[in-house]
Amino acid sequence: MTNLVEVRNLKIEATTDAGRVVEIIRGVSLDIPDGEIVALIGESGSGKTTLALSLMGHARPGCRITGGEINVNGMDMAALSEKERAKLRGTDIAYVPQSAAASFNPASTIMEQVIEVTRIHRLMPPAQARKRAVELFKALSLPDPDGIGARYPHQVSGGQLQRLAAAMALIGDPKLVIFDEPTTALDVTTQIDVLKAFKSVMRAGGIAGVYVSHDLAVVAQIADRIVVLKGGEVQETGTTAEILSAAKQPYTRELLAAFEPKRRQAHAGAEAAANQLLRIDNVTAGYGAMRDDGLPLIRAVDSVSLIVEKGRNLGVIGESGCGKSTLARVIAGIHPAAAGDITFDGKQLQRAARKRSQDQLREMQIVFQYADTALNPAKPVEDIIARPLAFYHGLDRQARSKRVDELLDMVRLPKALRYRHPSELSGGQKQRVNFARALAADPKLIICDEITSALDTVVASAVIELLKELQRELGLSYIFISHDLSVVEAICDEIMVMYDGQRVEQITPDKVKAATHPYSKLLFSSVPKLDPTWLDGLVRDPELVSQYGHR
Amino acid sequence: MARAAASRRSFLGHSYNLVGVVASLVILAWTLVAIFAPYIIPHSIGDIVDDDYFGPMRQGLWLGSDYLGRDMLSRVLMGARYTVGISLAAVSIACFSGVVLGMLAAVTGGWFDTCLSRFLDAMNSIPSKLFGLVVVAAVGSSIPVLILTLAVIYIPGAYRFARALAVNINTMDFMTVARVRGESTAYLIGSEILPNIIRPVLADFGLRFVFIVLLLSGLSFLGLGLQPPLADWGALVRENIGGLPFAAPAVVVPSLAIASLTISVNLLIDNLPQKIRDRDA
Repeated sequence: MTNLVEVRNLKIEATTDAGRVVEIIRGVSLDIPDGEIVALIGESGSGKTTLALSLMGHARPGCRITGGEINVNGMDMAALSEKERAKLRGTDIAYVPQSAAASFNPASTIMEQVIEVTRIHRLMPPAQARKRAVELFKALSLPDPDGIGARYPHQVSGGQLQRLAAAMALIGDPKLVIFDEPTTALDVTTQIDVLKAFKSVMRAGGIAGVYVSHDLAVVAQIADRIVVLKGGEVQETGTTAEILSAAKQPYTRELLAAFEPKRRQAHAGAEAAANQLLRIDNVTAGYGAMRDDGLPLIRAVDSVSLIVEKGRNLGVIGESGCGKSTLARVIAGIHPAAAGDITFDGKQLQRAARKRSQDQLREMQIVFQYADTALNPAKPVEDIIARPLAFYHGLDRQARSKRVDELLDMVRLPKALRYRHPSELSGGQKQRVNFARALAADPKLIICDEITSALDTVVASAVIELLKELQRELGLSYIFISHDLSVVEAICDEIMVMYDGQRVEQITPDKVKAATHPYSKLLFSSVPKLDPTWLDGLVRDPELVSQYGHR
Repeated sequence: MARAAASRRSFLGHSYNLVGVVASLVILAWTLVAIFAPYIIPHSIGDIVDDDYFGPMRQGLWLGSDYLGRDMLSRVLMGARYTVGISLAAVSIACFSGVVLGMLAAVTGGWFDTCLSRFLDAMNSIPSKLFGLVVVAAVGSSIPVLILTLAVIYIPGAYRFARALAVNINTMDFMTVARVRGESTAYLIGSEILPNIIRPVLADFGLRFVFIVLLLSGLSFLGLGLQPPLADWGALVRENIGGLPFAAPAVVVPSLAIASLTISVNLLIDNLPQKIRDRDA
């Protein structure tokens, strides 16, 4: 036994409710030597999380390990009894979940939960465990390492919680730590701190790791080797540098290509100024009780002004909680503004959608981030797309059916899909249906609220390409709200940076390198690059970080 | 996993299991009896056909006779008519009004929701048997009064249940999309919310049906339900309770009838056919 982890010809199956057997992992082999971090990368459904969990001998409900060996530290995890596995979990192998916020118990203090592992396995007395935890907090560069353990999970930020989850995993001195997309839910500015902390702790302890992610740039920073998975099979294995510079498999190249979407060709801006489609002046909106001056207690959007020109796109970028989604809701009238004017196509709009005319509603459509909740799960695709046709255009059944075919064709979906329910579609297909419904209204402006954030890189870049094509054909304008700079860069003519409800800067994509506002500088410099040395070489102005980074 | 799959059969894209099929057959049988009772009863329900009271089961009087010597088989078959019919009418009114009001409250929100919810909570706090007693004592017992009383008693529960489900659906993005599209409230509740809550609502419908059968039987047992010579199953148990020491079939059979119907409905609810959601199959 030379390697810490040796997986040989692993097979995992699941049974669907019709009794059909689906192979999730089809004969995967994998080696991890001591102290090496291996990244599992692939789209959702590629089996990367299932594979990572199987290293602990765990198969999610409905799944079974049906063949192969999983040797970890000389023991076959698949053959051990549940009791024996439980002994190894936490001491030999530890797990860091995707959403630390959902994994902490809100009813007890952080310290109690971090040292729980040592209590369960009787590793050390509580006092010693607490001391060890504080050391880990320091190593993970958490603020106030002596006091943070006394807090409750809701009293620390998401990035801190993710690092605390890592501390929980590391306290039992494991030989192998499994990270399951630990930074996917974090902002770019926070993600960097978490990545740096993980990397330094793992290096210092010589701990082997499995890092599950779909973000190649993040993986490039932390992993020694990369395993590319697709459909439950290993596509390619290699060192990080090999995969990034000399990928052999077409799928890996596709992943790499998707990382840098092609820029949109800038439109001729000659007639621009005369063609304002949407103009917003000093709009303020928020939540909570109204104060005496007619403004809400908490202002999520604070006197923001913007202009969208016909046939051109505006990107709105900022971290979560900066008010960008509220801005979208204010424009669409879902969340009426408390102050300010919205002018659309030369006419002033009412603040609340209920008071706008049907035509005004039709011309401005909003597409939401989660296609899962934006499509009624009880209706087939054709009903979903046909409803705006009947509602706005009053088409009869036959005309509707023809138009649904056209719309499905426009978003590059096969016609047979119209009879399916949303639950029978993949994430990318759902987002296309979501978009087709907006197109059915024949709008002039489409507000896209983070529409690619829930999608995998390859799928997201295909959706972006589709949006660009449709714009060329139909002369639409988009307001594109995202926290992902590369997406916004790819499709927008102008980028507006928001921070704390305010517009801090508006620039064009080619000037991103030369941002003037300090927050924009921090934000743009925090986007990971496909260069393995990027994180180590990154120098950030500490003053900026302490001012804007939510540590 | 494999065992669960083996005990279920699939048909028309749904999977069934044996308990559900048996339960639905029992319910179907009682429904047919309720519809065709007047044509299949051997004797009129008022005729005294036996010389003795609490007669045993024998040829011609298959279920024995009751405390006046009337044919028990005929009385149980006709009783099905009243028990199933009144309960079905009452539960339909209760669930329809409750679900519509519940969805309306969830979609409209604000004052409408608050007032309606508090009012129906107040209704809910009145004990159901007591309410039934008071109404029947005040306006007398007739079939329409019974149906309405039973319906009113069960509206608040149906309302609470539907509102709780609809509030969850109401927060979904597709509701926001429909609102921004400018859809009317009728469309929102009928086309967007209802299809998503219909299955739990149907399960609730079945449960409430059972409660109403039991409450109706209870009222009849107290003598406040149907008036003689008509009798539903609850009334049959009450009028023949004197036969208990003799183990007379007259008291056992209607009890079994109530049990078989209510248990079957419950079992059916727990074993409703499940739609097979399989991406490729």
